[in-house]
Amino acid sequence: MQAFLKSAKSQDKSVGGTSSEVVKPKKRQNLAPWVEKYRPRRVDDVVEQGEVVAVLRKSLEGADLPNLLLYGPPGTGKTSTILAAARQLFGDIYKDRILELNASDERGINVVRSKIKTFAQLTASRVTPDGKPCPPFKIIILDEADSMTHAAQAALRRTMEKESRSTRFCLVCNYVSRIIDPITSRCTKFRFKSLGEEKITERLKFIATEENVNIGDDALKVVIDISGGDLRRAITTLQSCHRLKNREEITSNDLLEISGIIPQSYLQEFFDVCVSGDYSKLESFVQKLSFEAYSIGQMLDQFNEFILTSKEVNSKQKAIICDKLGECSYRLQDGGSEYLQILDLGCTIMLAQKQK
Amino acid sequence: MALWVDKHRPRDLSKLDYHKVQADQLKNLCKEGDFPHLMFYGPSGAGKKTRIMCLLRELYGGGVERLRNETMTFTTPSNRKVEIMTVSSNYHMEVNPSDAGIYDRVVVVDLIKQVAQTHQIDTAGQREFKVIVLSEVDELTKDAQHALRRTMEKYVATCRIILSVNSTSRVIPAIRSRCLGIRVAAPTEEEIVSILQFTCKKESLHIPEGLAQRIAQQCDRNLRRAILMLEACKVQQYPFTINQEITELDWQMYLRETANQIMLEQTPAKLEKIRERLYELLSQGVPPDMIFKGLVQNLVLNCDMELKAKTLQFAASYEHRMHNGSKHIFHLEAFVAQFMNIYKKYLADMVMDDF
Repeated sequence: MQAFLKSAKSQDKSVGGTSSEVVKPKKRQNLAPWVEKYRPRRVDDVVEQGEVVAVLRKSLEGADLPNLLLYGPPGTGKTSTILAAARQLFGDIYKDRILELNASDERGINVVRSKIKTFAQLTASRVTPDGKPCPPFKIIILDEADSMTHAAQAALRRTMEKESRSTRFCLVCNYVSRIIDPITSRCTKFRFKSLGEEKITERLKFIATEENVNIGDDALKVVIDISGGDLRRAITTLQSCHRLKNREEITSNDLLEISGIIPQSYLQEFFDVCVSGDYSKLESFVQKLSFEAYSIGQMLDQFNEFILTSKEVNSKQKAIICDKLGECSYRLQDGGSEYLQILDLGCTIMLAQKQK
Repeated sequence: MALWVDKHRPRDLSKLDYHKVQADQLKNLCKEGDFPHLMFYGPSGAGKKTRIMCLLRELYGGGVERLRNETMTFTTPSNRKVEIMTVSSNYHMEVNPSDAGIYDRVVVVDLIKQVAQTHQIDTAGQREFKVIVLSEVDELTKDAQHALRRTMEKYVATCRIILSVNSTSRVIPAIRSRCLGIRVAAPTEEEIVSILQFTCKKESLHIPEGLAQRIAQQCDRNLRRAILMLEACKVQQYPFTINQEITELDWQMYLRETANQIMLEQTPAKLEKIRERLYELLSQGVPPDMIFKGLVQNLVLNCDMELKAKTLQFAASYEHRMHNGSKHIFHLEAFVAQFMNIYKKYLADMVMDDF
């Protein structure tokens, strides 16, 4: 006890001593990441995605809203769209009218039976507490629905139909194939397309001017290449780089470093080493790669692209290599050792090279 | 008496020995009131932890070095109690959630919620957020990683998470895209040499250039190991000589010996002997994936290309299976048996060719 008190006291002292060193935050800044800050507030702000916006706009004008299933690659605005729609539909009370569940919440079959069902059974009135009219239903948003178990999805089926008078479901997922058929047939499906280059550029430029980011057109192009149509990733990259450089100009090298993309020279070197057929060279190359802390998973992704466009191997070799590539990538995801997987791939390429 | 590794660990971002540009960037990051979640990745002994501690010090001042150990208990859904050690200061908390084995999801969710839901008491003179340092995130189960992704977004106002991983391959893309990745490459041999010399100078010892270079070559570009080797050398013999023996890790020697025995004889009786040796290694706490790596490295030395490819193919598939299974020894032994099989065939073919 004594010791505890003592240490607590000395701690106080140290805090007092150092607090002068620590720069005091000027005032409570808006700490929200740009992704949150620039999330579309209105359905009309959503970029591209024509059909779903049209449907939602109709429902804002008073038409009925179907159950929705939004799917598409990450960062295309699925969650943003439905949140913006909810905000516009319900105004101030939108927090009471939506139930948002995602993969981090417990979402087994029990939750579907209890939480979702009870929420669904509540009736919603046609007016808000302060007398404004609003649509007489609630929305349950199931984010990342593809990670729900099949049992939990099956338990949803009847609930969706029975409570259709007062509740709309909106399922958001990346892979529609992981949603069971009975659910997809109860929903209107909307596919979110990857965002086009111009749209992302436009949005990024808007944010860059708002936040005084010092970035040239070339570097902006790199951001877009890295993001691969994922606007969230593009914005996060931009923000991180901006922080890291502290208002200096952002160059394309910084961007590549942050995103963890492996320089093209390494891919070429890996291929050359394999073509040379020298095992010890391959081994030392793999060592070097791991010392440089490049991720082998990333390497495999990029190497896939590399080998597909390569002119030095014929179609049959490509088939052999890509087959192995897929296997190695799967094992790696599943927890296999980086070292063995990449060497396995390397050896396959060596052998494939020999049989011309 | 602290080990040299701890004693001479840089405590300030400006005192780091290599990756200086990165250190400046990290400093910039702290200047603003706020920073994103971070993910430090790099091989072991490259200085991830050192950089994290320096960063925290830059943020909060010396207070972060007053550490205390706490044991926390969590209850799993099946009513089992999981205990886990945490190291924390007033400003941050360090946890290794993979200690909890398959219950890591509970730890991630409960612990982070607990910490994140409490605000800092006195925000004057402090940051508005706490930092949670999670190490070995690549060892987490997929379930726990998925739980982490939403938690990271939800509590962004009160806490920042710093992840430390060896390789990003096993971290799910959703987490990777939420963090600012910071690559910590291993120091080069020259850098290790200069650090070794610097350390010796601080200890007022003299080290010949040759010895420093030999240590640098043997340490696999792992700085921690290099400094430990140096200290071991000092204990063995001082003043240093250039050709002084550098103690190798004994499990590495043991592993090499095991590989040699496999090459010598390929019979079921031998396999049984090898099993004992593998058990010995496992019971000494050598991680099974290191055993795999070591075995493969030594076994392929005197094989031809085709055999090498085959060995690697089997090693890769058995190693992968090992991660899904629970008994490591089965898969290690299966690999050894398989290798004996293909090697024996290879030898037999060679004899046939001679005729």
